[in-house]
Amino acid sequence: MALLELKNVSRHFEVKSGLIDRLVYGKPIRMIKAVENVNLIVNEKEVLGIAGESGCGKSTTCMMISGLVKPSSGEILYQGKRIDQFDSDEKRFYHSQVQMIFQDPYETLNPRFRVIDTVAEGPRALKLWPEDEIVSRVDDILNAVGLPFLKYAERYPHELSGGERQRVGIASALVMEPQMLIADEPLSMLDVSIRAGILVLLKKLALERNFSCIYVSHDLSILGHIADRLMIMYLGQAVEVGLTRDVIQKPKHPYTRALISAVPAPDPRSRRAVPNIIGDISRPIDPPPGCRFTPRCPYSDKTCSQTFLKLDMSQREKHLTACHRQDALDF
Amino acid sequence: MPNMIEVSRYKRFLRNLSKHYQIIHANPFGRIGFWVIAIFLFVGVFAPWLAPHEPWEMQYDSAGNFASLQMPSWEFPAGTTHLGYDLLSQLILATRTTLIIGTVSGFISILIGANIGLISGYYGGKLDEVLMRFTDILYGMPFLPFVIVLIALFGRKLEFVILAIVLIIWRTSARVIRAQTIAIKQRQFIVAARARGCSDFRIIYLHILPNLLPLLLLYASFNIAWSIITEASASFLGFGDGETISWGGMLYELWISGKTRIAWWWFAAPSLCIVLLVTSLVFVSRAYEEEANPRLRKR
Amino acid sequence: MSNNPILEVEKLNVGYQTKDGEIHAVEDVSFKVFSNEVFGIAGESGCGKSTLIKAIMRLLPENAKMDAHSIKYKDQKIDRMSENIFRKEVLWTQISLVPQSAMNSLNPVYKVGEQIVEAIQAHTSQGKKEARERVEELFDVVGLQSEFMDSFPHEFSGGMRQRAMIAMALALDPGLIIMDEPTTGLDVLVQEKILRRIREIRKQIRSSIILITHDIAVIAEMSDRIAVMYGGRIMEQAKSIDLFESPYHPYTLGLKNAFPSIKDLDQELISIPGSPPSLIGLQTGCPFEDRCPFSSDRCKKDVPEVVVKKKFHQVSCFRHMDAPELREQAKKLSTWHY
Repeated sequence: MALLELKNVSRHFEVKSGLIDRLVYGKPIRMIKAVENVNLIVNEKEVLGIAGESGCGKSTTCMMISGLVKPSSGEILYQGKRIDQFDSDEKRFYHSQVQMIFQDPYETLNPRFRVIDTVAEGPRALKLWPEDEIVSRVDDILNAVGLPFLKYAERYPHELSGGERQRVGIASALVMEPQMLIADEPLSMLDVSIRAGILVLLKKLALERNFSCIYVSHDLSILGHIADRLMIMYLGQAVEVGLTRDVIQKPKHPYTRALISAVPAPDPRSRRAVPNIIGDISRPIDPPPGCRFTPRCPYSDKTCSQTFLKLDMSQREKHLTACHRQDALDF
Repeated sequence: MPNMIEVSRYKRFLRNLSKHYQIIHANPFGRIGFWVIAIFLFVGVFAPWLAPHEPWEMQYDSAGNFASLQMPSWEFPAGTTHLGYDLLSQLILATRTTLIIGTVSGFISILIGANIGLISGYYGGKLDEVLMRFTDILYGMPFLPFVIVLIALFGRKLEFVILAIVLIIWRTSARVIRAQTIAIKQRQFIVAARARGCSDFRIIYLHILPNLLPLLLLYASFNIAWSIITEASASFLGFGDGETISWGGMLYELWISGKTRIAWWWFAAPSLCIVLLVTSLVFVSRAYEEEANPRLRKR
Repeated sequence: MSNNPILEVEKLNVGYQTKDGEIHAVEDVSFKVFSNEVFGIAGESGCGKSTLIKAIMRLLPENAKMDAHSIKYKDQKIDRMSENIFRKEVLWTQISLVPQSAMNSLNPVYKVGEQIVEAIQAHTSQGKKEARERVEELFDVVGLQSEFMDSFPHEFSGGMRQRAMIAMALALDPGLIIMDEPTTGLDVLVQEKILRRIREIRKQIRSSIILITHDIAVIAEMSDRIAVMYGGRIMEQAKSIDLFESPYHPYTLGLKNAFPSIKDLDQELISIPGSPPSLIGLQTGCPFEDRCPFSSDRCKKDVPEVVVKKKFHQVSCFRHMDAPELREQAKKLSTWHY
């Protein structure tokens, strides 16, 4: 059984328009369809990468999984049970089991909390353990992320570097021994020589402490390194999923192909193809039905703009794509 | 088991107090304000023992004459009223009243204002709208007439004076704190706290409030200053507390005695005290303001 | 790439006075940029790359002081020029800048085309009509549709704003364009388009470009020659291919390990332990010393001089002779983390 499953999950936001616009001019309410009918499965002990550019809905999906935002439609199942049907005890349990780390190391810590307070906050808020046990677990996790307890516990965020702050963020998520960690672009605001350290740390901890991870990023080079499986999103729709190696080396969806060929490699000798893609990205406001990539796809046909093929996640190893022309296009 | 870490809240509270002392003293204005307030506090606390005479007792000077409308002298450093009352004693006892009314009103109003601001800002939506409309209505109320009406209706008792002042003064702090709450609640560390499973109550009071502290202290001292002025104004117009004397009350007595043009000392003493205390409070607010702004931006 | 340098910087130093002490942002930096080449400056935040170009462009804040042996543009000493002449004749006309977060550099209350027209008119005697025609040309060069000339910045996407800034930088046909983190913060497809457009522009105009970024992949793809900066100094400079095939400096070796590549999914990522140095106060020795697995006592005390290994390849490291051995050792995790 999958650890986490998303079935047909969508999230829509209303675009705030003035009262006059709506009542007097009769302008219809415009919707931002940030996430549209997404199917997703995460198994135990695996790292699922979610890739896509800004506006693709990956951050919103993270927020829905961690329970911070409610889906507009669809079901989110944790260990087979719907999370919106949890009672308060189960909700508490869910929070301790599904944790999140965030993008901006300079904003992720409360400037008034010492390191020990930040890390202990989760267990304290959820009343998981008695205070002295909490402190000893904080000790353990801080050491595990490379911040010796005695040296760092009493420090305030402004006394820490970006990399250290991000480690504190990771510690405060992992202290509760979650089964799943959601990482929302944790490296993009760190210096390049620091990133590798945090990435290696995450990989090591995931292995040692047996948690699954959903790693969201726009950086395919990083995802190629850490993710076991990879899902690509475009404007709120999931367009491809499969083993990382397959998706990166043998992409099936035209968007994935374009995305991968756009990534530069840190090697002046490498060559890459020009991405085969038309025009610029739009915003997911009142999008037309069908595949949202259609206006930019060099291979689209009439069916593309009418229906969208959702990914059937019931098959684990399979490399799936939402492109209905995948057999016709010989990639 | 690590036990060398200062987990004790009490000791940290004491450390924080010394930090506040430093904040106020960092600013030269703050320093002056602090000491002036300290002197007033001392006088207020020990008032009954410091006052040389009874405030409502007719005094006779050393020559045995009825000490009416005497200018400041060694015997009566603040002078006397037309009925021979020693102004210094009145001043000292009035300090106590003024301080009590000022601090109590100031703190209650910041309590109300802060909570309304926090709750309104955090929850948003309908609750926010209702609370803010309510605040707006109160904004529309003219300051002094409202206080006067309330007191006229319910009588000249200390509690009503405080109530009236509080009802007016909490408005400004509510708005500002609401704005800051809205700004803070979007920040990533608050989202992170929600992700960790913290309840709304915990987030508002444990996570957001500490970040608002400099702002709150700024408004606390401001509110106290404003309360004192309001009380003085109301008392001056005859709507102060009937039982005790306050600085404004002293000016009221001066007014109804008809001796305003003659007894400049009677006018000078309480006015000076009002100005001095209020200015000192504003100075202390300034010191907190300097803290409030860079602090919230500190990396 | 021809052999006459269009820009020659010799022994540039920049320091900032702050309440915490003096920050030595740039120390003893010398390099040349030749005509018709892309010169990349790679380095992390705090390495001094942004300060360096601000010094050249005279955009340093008040509390900064700079001194250089010389800064020559086309053999003219521009560091000795008066403020007036520099602003009239060099800034924007000869050397232009696409600043960091260029997306936020546009004035939101003026139309984009207008802003460029204004910049042109401020530096030349062109009339409005001529200037507008030039802007249309520039928009075409950077790939923006000319009707967007009369739009406001908020109607532009991030990528479009970046292109507008590049257009502005090209306006007066400068010989040298400096681009500070031109694609940071942009989505990968947008970044790709802009980088490709920059390459196309190079074919049309013959300006040189200094490209500053912390993104090793971008710099590898775009640059002819690269300088690697760390702690305010240049650690190594070489032709891109030489830098990647036969690097000398341990920092360069470390960076290679620390950067994941999409082409090599099995690469073992090795991070460089420690963090970039604080530049406050007097700096002795090599700035990379405390993180370098190959450092010795000498590295703490003395700054390594610049050694020329071959044409265009220079390095500042005492152990440059051991390079082949160091390259082998750097590939192992145990070298960096023991």
